[in-house]
Amino acid sequence: MITLERRPEPSRMWQAMTPILAVVLTMIAGGLLFAVLGKDPFEAIRTIFWDPLFNPQFASYSRPQLLVKAAPLILIAIGLSLGFRAGIWNIGAEGQYIVGAICGAAVGLAFYPTEAIYIFPLMVLAGAIGGTLWAMIPAVLKIRFGTNEILVSLMLVYVAEQLLASMALGALRNPDGGGFPGSRNLQQYPSAANPELIAGTGAHWGVVAAFIAVIAAYVLLNKHLLGYQIKLTGQAPRAARFAGVRPNVLIALCLGISGGLAGLAGLFEVSGPAGQISIDFNSFYGFTAIIVAFLGRLHPIGILLAGLLMALTYIGGELAQFMLGIPSAAIQAFQGMLLFFLLGVDVLSNFRIRIKRKQVA
Amino acid sequence: MNLMKTLFGAITAAAIGGAAMAEDPVKVGFIYVGPIGDGGWTYEHNKGRLAVEEHFGDKVETVFQESVPEGADAERAMTQMALSGADLIFTTSFGYMDPTINVAANFPDVKFEHATGYKRADNVSTYSARFYEGRAIQGHIAGKMTESNKIGYIASFPIPEVIRGINSAYIHAKKVNPDVEFNIVWAYTWFDPAKEADAANALIEQGADVILQHTDSTAPLAAAQAKGGVIGFGQASDMAEYAPFPRVSSIIDDWAPYYIARVQAVMDGTWESTDTWDGIGPGMVAIGEITDAVPAEVAEEAMAMKAALADGSYHAFTGPINKQDGSVWLAEGETADDGTLAGMDFYVEGLTAEIPN
Amino acid sequence: MDFGSINPLILLASLMVASTPILLAAIGELVVEKSGVLNLGVEGMMIVGAVTGFIAAVNLDSPTLGFVAAAFGGALLSLLFGFLTQVLLSNQVATGLALTLFGLGIAALMGQNYVGIRAPATLDVPLGPLADIPVLGPVLFQHDAMIYVSIGIVAAVWYVLTKTRAGLILRAVGESHDAAHALGYKVVRIRLMAIAFGGACAGLGGAYLSLVRVPQWTEGMTAGAGWIALAIVVFASWKPWRALLGAYLFGGITVLQLNLQAAGFKIPVEYLSMSPYLITILVLVIMSRDRSRAALNAPAALGKPFHASI
Repeated sequence: MITLERRPEPSRMWQAMTPILAVVLTMIAGGLLFAVLGKDPFEAIRTIFWDPLFNPQFASYSRPQLLVKAAPLILIAIGLSLGFRAGIWNIGAEGQYIVGAICGAAVGLAFYPTEAIYIFPLMVLAGAIGGTLWAMIPAVLKIRFGTNEILVSLMLVYVAEQLLASMALGALRNPDGGGFPGSRNLQQYPSAANPELIAGTGAHWGVVAAFIAVIAAYVLLNKHLLGYQIKLTGQAPRAARFAGVRPNVLIALCLGISGGLAGLAGLFEVSGPAGQISIDFNSFYGFTAIIVAFLGRLHPIGILLAGLLMALTYIGGELAQFMLGIPSAAIQAFQGMLLFFLLGVDVLSNFRIRIKRKQVA
Repeated sequence: MNLMKTLFGAITAAAIGGAAMAEDPVKVGFIYVGPIGDGGWTYEHNKGRLAVEEHFGDKVETVFQESVPEGADAERAMTQMALSGADLIFTTSFGYMDPTINVAANFPDVKFEHATGYKRADNVSTYSARFYEGRAIQGHIAGKMTESNKIGYIASFPIPEVIRGINSAYIHAKKVNPDVEFNIVWAYTWFDPAKEADAANALIEQGADVILQHTDSTAPLAAAQAKGGVIGFGQASDMAEYAPFPRVSSIIDDWAPYYIARVQAVMDGTWESTDTWDGIGPGMVAIGEITDAVPAEVAEEAMAMKAALADGSYHAFTGPINKQDGSVWLAEGETADDGTLAGMDFYVEGLTAEIPN
Repeated sequence: MDFGSINPLILLASLMVASTPILLAAIGELVVEKSGVLNLGVEGMMIVGAVTGFIAAVNLDSPTLGFVAAAFGGALLSLLFGFLTQVLLSNQVATGLALTLFGLGIAALMGQNYVGIRAPATLDVPLGPLADIPVLGPVLFQHDAMIYVSIGIVAAVWYVLTKTRAGLILRAVGESHDAAHALGYKVVRIRLMAIAFGGACAGLGGAYLSLVRVPQWTEGMTAGAGWIALAIVVFASWKPWRALLGAYLFGGITVLQLNLQAAGFKIPVEYLSMSPYLITILVLVIMSRDRSRAALNAPAALGKPFHASI
């Protein structure tokens, strides 16, 4: 009989090896899928994983795009990972992302068409505050009434989606847009735009923020008392109380930070790559970031890499679609497989596999 | 050594010769907003792409990317397609307007065609279809066919395109049946089969026995069929699987003639930035077969109207037409100008509902 | 306001049809969550059920076999989630989200050749004279079989959870897997069964969309129904009959707003649509204020991984 035995410490070797193992397994399973669809599996895998990085035709464009695509995922996932480590489950980042974008864009549009340097900073502030406040709803309810934050934050995603639709069709709709839903394009409003900072790098303020967040989270977790408290609460909640952790403060901090970062991600996205508030502005980023957080093993550097890997499969998947005619559904299924393998093989870093004879009870 | 040289030379010559003989095919890209299996909007654009392939054979290579979200992802999809060597790219959703303009500015040698938008550039054309001509015919049939004098209309979003359709259908229904009433439901979606079914049921519940739809799924037709005695029309695609009843006719988006013409223009080097708004005449809007469920004389009238719309002898918005508030929009014999139609944000006189904002 | 032109009885009847897919998915997820597992992949399981059900019904020319196939399809997919979370101990939230992604992709691939085909008709249950009762007849007795099946499943879940030993064990596992394990119950096996049941129900819900409600196969046709099902479970505070109420409420809001529009009322659609979620949050708060009652409903071990350290 095969049993799992918990390792006293997660194995460092396996922690490094499992992602590679998962990618290899995905290549095999995905290759089979593509072969069944009548596509050359080797070409497909190469197009997804190799071409965005090294194909001379695309790479100079795709490489910076990796940053653009990964930045919001990383920014949100970093915030979430702090809470997840402490056992505080904010799964409503999608909602906080939306509300941050709405608040930030609303501030920017309120100034239209004034040009001034203080507009963008105000928008950033509004985005962060919007996301934070939206996340404080589950936090306050949890602190005050002990309400489950997983469920409240999830419900608030639906509320935020309706709010987004109402804003895109109503209050924030572009008055010059011929009646179509969607706000003015912030990219075309210089004071409110979040442009590429250095041409050809893809880096906009959101990318900068994502890198800062990674570094800050790393420092916080390793050097700061709060980081220690977060880790301790996650591992031994009771011991944490004796060590002076105030759980309510921690709940508010973790949800607030994750909401604020999600709100920032929304703001940077709406003022940059997306450009406008539209009905389907949220493209599942808040949920994908949850996956990214776990793929990165809740570690800042891990999240950075996981975010880039996710972005790679998106961009490579797009190339595979139009270069090889692979349906987008197959790419979706392929991404699903990759996630399954990445999540599944992690068992090796935390557990030892033992083969035992069946015990006679 | 000599042998090597000869061999090498021969290979090079063959390679050059081969390339010159098989003329570089024109590469045409398509960006779709939905999956090609949506059975409606994207499905019809993809049929246009397949028609291009069939028409030009190996002189053309087509590529596409489906389910591309509007916004940042669209811009990337277009850029990558342009980098891959596409000569002409069709972007088939209104929300691709700004991305198309942005990408086109970076690739002056690539031609872009944006559907349903209004921003153009030297290498960006726009194209759209006068679906309201089809709506006029639908309105006529609906006005003749309804017994309850109540017609249900499932609308998607309150944008000019949809409002134009409602007005056109209403004017022509009213013309043949002065007692007709329109009940309009805004579904706030282009495609959500379950919700569309609910909307159809709600309208039928209110007494509607004709359902017009500006959403893409067949669910309203299925709902009409389930209730019995209610007719509907195919939208975007023919939806012939519901013929002859409840689907009595349809408006079909037929992009093939336009796509073929534009690809030909690129091949000939005659492509120019244009603004195309074609209707029944050039074949961009097709009317699906009118089934036997419609009395022969009504079908004949409908076909006559189709012919008149096609040859330009009749305009679907011909005065006298008043706006909803009673003010005069078009005087006797006057026809609507394209500018007003493109930005239409008002109902015509007789419609009782308000346009949501 | 005059609601005179809306017939409440017929509204009720169409509301039942509209709510059945989310009811089926919700009652399945309720059992899963009662066992202490949070599966966010309902949308993925629903759409796989929708496509497998449709394929089977078309090829075998039998809606009944379609529903059977959908249940199997949904259960099979859910066991993938079960294997990852229960055996390989992966995180439930992340795995559930990945399941949705995978399910949407694989369903679209399976259904590629089934776009634009009609499903064989599902017949209403001939309840004879019952259907002709003036008021109740159209509301209660003129539906297709699956509506009755869905209510039957709710009743069965209620009975099993509250009146049987199996239900007691399931709840015990959801309450504290360590205690249940100490008592000798096979926590993983029980949870896998609950997960498979949840997948089967979600599959049935999806097939109800593709075979009865729409009825046709199109990519992405569930359009978020699985997420609504998740909300309903919470709204119901994990009680089967309340899930029925919740499903009719959530489904009913959509039907109601469309009916109001059809009757010519001007309504703020978005605000009406967000109301059930706000009500759900309110329910959650009221429930958790009264801690003794909350403890009876919300499974304490929800979402927590279990590993039997021997």
